[in-house]
Amino acid sequence: MDSLPAVDDSWMVAGRRFASRLIVGTGKYKDLATTAAAIEASGAEMVTVAVRRVNLSDPKAPMLQDYVSPSRYTYLPNTAGCFTAEDAVRTLRLAREAGGWNLVKLEVLGPAPALYPDMAGTFEAAAALIKDGFEVMVYCSDDPIAAKRLEEMGCVAVMPLGAPIGSGLGVQNPLMIQMIIEQAKVPVLVDAGVGTATDAAFAMELGCDAVLVNSAIAHAADPVLMARAMKAGVEAGRLAFRAGRMARRGAAVASSPTTGLIN
Amino acid sequence: MDVVTQSLELTVNGEVRRMAAPLTVAGFLAALELDTRKVAVELNREIVPRSTYGQVWLADGDALEIVHFIGGG
Repeated sequence: MDSLPAVDDSWMVAGRRFASRLIVGTGKYKDLATTAAAIEASGAEMVTVAVRRVNLSDPKAPMLQDYVSPSRYTYLPNTAGCFTAEDAVRTLRLAREAGGWNLVKLEVLGPAPALYPDMAGTFEAAAALIKDGFEVMVYCSDDPIAAKRLEEMGCVAVMPLGAPIGSGLGVQNPLMIQMIIEQAKVPVLVDAGVGTATDAAFAMELGCDAVLVNSAIAHAADPVLMARAMKAGVEAGRLAFRAGRMARRGAAVASSPTTGLIN
Repeated sequence: MDVVTQSLELTVNGEVRRMAAPLTVAGFLAALELDTRKVAVELNREIVPRSTYGQVWLADGDALEIVHFIGGG
């Protein structure tokens, strides 16, 4: 990296500029100290968070903000656990009051085992949130029509799944992700499905603006090391995308000159 | 106000609690030792802006939701 000419390769969403193209979740860690250490190692500047009831029987329990400072990281409140548009809107209104910002991650999911995006509910919630002044980064199906419609409604980023949430299967439908990227005028992020660093690199090589990762880091045997690996994977994929890969060929082409051989 | 001697039955995060009246949202949060900078409050499904905690009086039968940020993906 050091010998590369200095290029501002930052990206923007909703008027906010970020150098890191890795967004990380803060869920599923064994404790808050590990959460903080992994986020630090990931280099992420934006983190997703959930909104839940305070445990009133233990109001002095350490809170996420004590370990992951909202003044250092941009909190992206999500609607995890919401299965209706009404729940999603109610949750994010509370998040806005708790945090004081409008940038949110909308996800309206269908039932297990797929937990696939419920696009009818997603459209309904997106419309209500945008009307209410939110800047909506939206988790969605890997469907170019749906992604375009969400963009046209005013969503500030579209985030198609690479594979089912928490599956770690990598990008299962690269063709559709690529189609979404090619037609989009807002940032496209792969959200869900990344299992290891190559998956993140692959998503970035497709041309994604950023990648969102939670389980792959939190459920790695060494989350802090995997967070660092994801950072490298995202950077490698982004550089490869910018470099422009060689054409694929159906036959071998020798790498060494075929002239001047000794007899 | 005649609420001075009443006690309030509130539903807080789904659990019933009795509190002495009169009580504002600010007073309620202080009684629970909650850091107001880290929570958001919904009263009967309406957001209570943080700047108004001291002026919003609770009434018998009110339902409160007190939420905060936790780890999530």
